[in-house]
Amino acid sequence: MQPFSTHTGIAVPMLNDDINTDQIAPVQAMRALKPDYKKLLFMRARLRDDGSDNPDFVLNQSQFRNPGILVTGQNFGAGSSREAAVWGMLANNIRVIVAKSFADIYRENCLQNGLLPVVLKPQDADAFIARIMTVNGAAPFTVDLQTQRISGPSGPDITFDIPAADRTRLLEGLDDIGLTLKHTSEILNWEKRMAADQPWLQTATDSRTS
Amino acid sequence: MPHTLFEKIWAAHLVAQRIDGRDLIYIDRHALHELHAPHAFEQLETQHRPVRRPDLTFSMQDHTVATKPGRNDSTNPSGAAFIKAMREGSRRNNIKLFDIDDPEQGISHVVAPELGMVLPGATHAVPDSHASTVGGLGALAFGCGTTELAHILATQVMALKRPKSMLIRLEGVLGAHVSAKDVALRIIAELGVSGARGHVVEYAGSAVRAMPIEQRMTLCNLNIEMGGRSGFVAPDDASIAWIAGRPYAPKGAMWDRATTHWRTLKTDAEAQFDREHVLDCSTLEPQITWGTDPSQVLGISGRVPDPSSVDQSRRGAVESALAYMGLQPGTALVGMPVNRVFIGSCTNSRLPDLHAAANVVRGRKVAEGVVAMVVPGSTKVKRDAEAAGLDRVFRDAGFFWGESGCSMCAGGNGDRGDPGERCVSTTNRNFENRQGPKVRTHLASPETAAATAIAGRIADVRQLRLGQA
Repeated sequence: MQPFSTHTGIAVPMLNDDINTDQIAPVQAMRALKPDYKKLLFMRARLRDDGSDNPDFVLNQSQFRNPGILVTGQNFGAGSSREAAVWGMLANNIRVIVAKSFADIYRENCLQNGLLPVVLKPQDADAFIARIMTVNGAAPFTVDLQTQRISGPSGPDITFDIPAADRTRLLEGLDDIGLTLKHTSEILNWEKRMAADQPWLQTATDSRTS
Repeated sequence: MPHTLFEKIWAAHLVAQRIDGRDLIYIDRHALHELHAPHAFEQLETQHRPVRRPDLTFSMQDHTVATKPGRNDSTNPSGAAFIKAMREGSRRNNIKLFDIDDPEQGISHVVAPELGMVLPGATHAVPDSHASTVGGLGALAFGCGTTELAHILATQVMALKRPKSMLIRLEGVLGAHVSAKDVALRIIAELGVSGARGHVVEYAGSAVRAMPIEQRMTLCNLNIEMGGRSGFVAPDDASIAWIAGRPYAPKGAMWDRATTHWRTLKTDAEAQFDREHVLDCSTLEPQITWGTDPSQVLGISGRVPDPSSVDQSRRGAVESALAYMGLQPGTALVGMPVNRVFIGSCTNSRLPDLHAAANVVRGRKVAEGVVAMVVPGSTKVKRDAEAAGLDRVFRDAGFFWGESGCSMCAGGNGDRGDPGERCVSTTNRNFENRQGPKVRTHLASPETAAATAIAGRIADVRQLRLGQA
């Protein structure tokens, strides 16, 4: 996984709550095993019926054409578990999502891909969002995971909390499977014990053919 | 110390705590589907990592398969690559595949329990947010992304932070033509689309105990629509009877040992949950969504909200949902003309769902101009429904009777509505554009959907049954 330490980019406000994965990466547009994830991102909102850019959509406004940080509301990433909703962000160089809160599976998918999910402290949220609106893409913000700090124009740095383990994993770009495989002997022991205690869990065979 | 059943299942499956503090939870059964598994197979192959337990893993073709009779890989042209990659990836990794033409093909959340792969007290993972459908049998199931799916394939564990626990107690006797779908929609309306975020929900209470297993699955299926990490119903005699004799269920002496254990799977009387919520189901009427998220729900006799009378913080969302849905504030949904009706999906496509819908449809005709579809949740459900003559009931009425798959739930197989159409659907998400660009989705029960197809308008099934619609 690509490590994350710091990222500087234009902060795009997309302030609705409950933005779901059908909005972020519509499944009907995933028509190939490897679709163009850059184009997939917010495709329905980004394009008009005739396929041209929708000028009203925030990512089509000139100051937000090259976003780096997405700033949003509550429960971002609700809905499906599809990881394309994270890959689409990375394909657009969005490596940080700053939200009031995240849907559980979406947050896990972020952590798996080196996309930093920042949850704003409740006391900072409204002022920070107002500041993003004021700056309106005129200058970039920087998110530093090492210092857990967001800095940028028009105001003081703000800090954010993130569980230490998630932080380490992102900073070091740790291979999740590799971390788990260090416990291979414990997995084996669990399997042996369960094969004795609850053997039906360790076997799944079709009784009609076995 | 007293424990919840969730805590007990978690503790029983805890393999180790990882260096980063995450719990490694063993996954007893892993079901894959073709929309996401091919990418995980590729990730593993790039890393030269084998699948640890192919014998506990099952592959399904469900998201992209066409529903048209006589279908093949490319009936849905954009599905062919997924179906082929799934077939080849499963073969390379020695994973049993329920292919597009398999007599037991279907939606993973329907097939896995129906074949007895899902067991009480077992853990289950699927790269799909509706994984917890199988919680209806007392299994603890987690949805996951593609990279997590590769992790499970390589290790047979998930690295999780332990969620909080929540008890939802459902009391009272459900009225006629009121189902688990209506109960679940009402719960989501009360708790909101992120109301169970970070929690594993145990559904309990007399109304749950009275529900047949398939209804419990519908209830647990919709758990993710309020953000729940997982949801389940503790097993009881009904669950054990339901599993008995299914092909992958334990047999003989092992069955006896298993059932003895399953009968112990209960939350202790004094156990504490992080949160509790109670719903009295006895006065509940059929429910239907009016908006663009599954918490925007009305009793069927209700009226859509007026943005001016809702809380300021919700006003924008209500206005935008009404605009998308083409609804005026304060109008009733009953009587609203519809273009489409869809009965199917992991939420409501099991045999009793189809029986309930067929009982409404029998001897009637789909209203002129309405496109009505029934897509059974598995090929076995389809076969069983045909043996009971349900296909004739639907077809005689003018319904399309399809081959099994996810179909119009997300439209990944090409089944979708046309822009501006209004669709009453037994699925789980009424998000904008989900059933096709600009399609207006109303979520409801199979009976409400069936009554709507007959009336050509959103209908209260209780009135149709009395011959008033």
